[in-house]
Amino acid sequence: MSDFKTPIYMDYSSTTPVDPRVAEKMMQCLTMDGVFGNPASRSHAHGWAAEDLVDQAREEIAKTVGADSREIVWTSGATESNNLAIKGAAHFNQRRGKHIVTMKTEHKAVLDTCRQLEREGFEVTYLDPMENGLLDLDVLKAALRDDTTIVSVMHVNNETGVIQDLAAIGEICRDRKIVFHVDAAQSVGKVVVDVEAFKVDLMSFSAHKAYGPKGIGALFVRRKPRVRIEAQIHGGGHERGMRSGTLPTHQIVGMGEAFRIAREEMGAENERIRMLRDRLYDGFKDMEEVFVNGDLDQRIAGNLNISFNFVEGESLMMSLRDVAVSSGSACTSASLEPSYVLRALGRSDELAHSSLRFTIGRFTTEAEVDLAIEQTRAAVEKLRDLSPLWDMFKDGIDLDSVVWAAH
Amino acid sequence: MAYGDKVMDHYDNPRNVGSFDAKDAEIGTGMVGAPACGDVMRLQIKVGTDGVIEDAKFKTYGCGSAIASSSLLTEWVKGKTLDEAKEIKNTAIAEELELPPVKIHCSVLAEDAIRAAIDDYQSKQ
Repeated sequence: MSDFKTPIYMDYSSTTPVDPRVAEKMMQCLTMDGVFGNPASRSHAHGWAAEDLVDQAREEIAKTVGADSREIVWTSGATESNNLAIKGAAHFNQRRGKHIVTMKTEHKAVLDTCRQLEREGFEVTYLDPMENGLLDLDVLKAALRDDTTIVSVMHVNNETGVIQDLAAIGEICRDRKIVFHVDAAQSVGKVVVDVEAFKVDLMSFSAHKAYGPKGIGALFVRRKPRVRIEAQIHGGGHERGMRSGTLPTHQIVGMGEAFRIAREEMGAENERIRMLRDRLYDGFKDMEEVFVNGDLDQRIAGNLNISFNFVEGESLMMSLRDVAVSSGSACTSASLEPSYVLRALGRSDELAHSSLRFTIGRFTTEAEVDLAIEQTRAAVEKLRDLSPLWDMFKDGIDLDSVVWAAH
Repeated sequence: MAYGDKVMDHYDNPRNVGSFDAKDAEIGTGMVGAPACGDVMRLQIKVGTDGVIEDAKFKTYGCGSAIASSSLLTEWVKGKTLDEAKEIKNTAIAEELELPPVKIHCSVLAEDAIRAAIDDYQSKQ
């Protein structure tokens, strides 16, 4: 283990390193000899040059997601996009109705936005997924009401990598003239994104999940049929009044280049990543009491969310000193609750506490996967030797029949 | 979570891992916590005829500080009388291991474990 630096990075769904090609383009938009101008400056060449680059990047985003460039609004990231989309559409449509439908497995940027709207008097229905993480379309249909104005469902789940059937959901929403918002922060470069095929009205994007810089994102806002939202940030009237604030040219250029690369290289990249993910999973398959969380087929290539029963996730990560991953264990967060996403899938608290999320990406190598397998297996073995639950399991005791002194 | 050196030391080299036969009259077993909460500690003490704890063993399912708290506890109880062992406070464990506030409950669990083990031993006599 000498040809890569440790800890090796297997947390690509958390964020990605900026692709060197992206960084190169960004650096050309910062200094005096670069394109540093304000894209909103109409009176001189510095501003025009910056505006040109912003337009090109906007075109790249639009092309990557099947939209028109006039439908792309720059934001600071997917969290802001989700806030702008859901609050903006809820407020604009509130005379028509105040009911919103979403899922329990959404990102906090959607869930907490919905909670805020509840405090403002909106009503929100949070749907349970099926056991594999997918939304049951009949459950969705049953939840829709005459006063439902927005349905918000994420494309690719950040924890499990499960991919929702957006086209089917979009069809249902379009029929009922309900605004369909999708959090697609985890999608670009992993799955085909097509706002026409999915019939989405609002779609949130992030750059840093796709080898672009942090601090920049976009919101797709459909023009035909026109979807209207109320601005959440007011100021100079940038982005056709939907999102004010000076455009960060370097960030925007970075996101454009990142999306271009994602679009052009996705096919080959996914094939390679899927091979590595399968190699990783193969390395664990023969172990006892190992469970994959979420549907294995309807999932992005780079994700393996897996529970090692009777071992707690945080202590497992402590043993994996050379591998950077994340866990659904409560002990990795400030709250003492294990992953709400895995709980919504019907996983027991125990299995949620025992989960690790490996996410593989552009710069992962076979040697890194092999090291991750070796270290994970050793850590699980060590911790099972330490685990009273493993002892009990081996003695044939049904842990569900034990009365625990919960605390 | 970034832990201090003492937690890491106990985590990397846990002391007194293992089990005694829980049916033995000289053994007291305390099992506290719940899998759903993310931590279960099993602490066992072996008590001599003079009422002194001769040996202790543990197994713990939980985060690094839960493992470290129980490992430390087995070191501390050895050589103590039952009354002395009952006096071990969670705050002392938390202080020794320099546990961050969010991990204090691990030391509370360790305190519960030694009390449960002593109760179990005494109920057998």
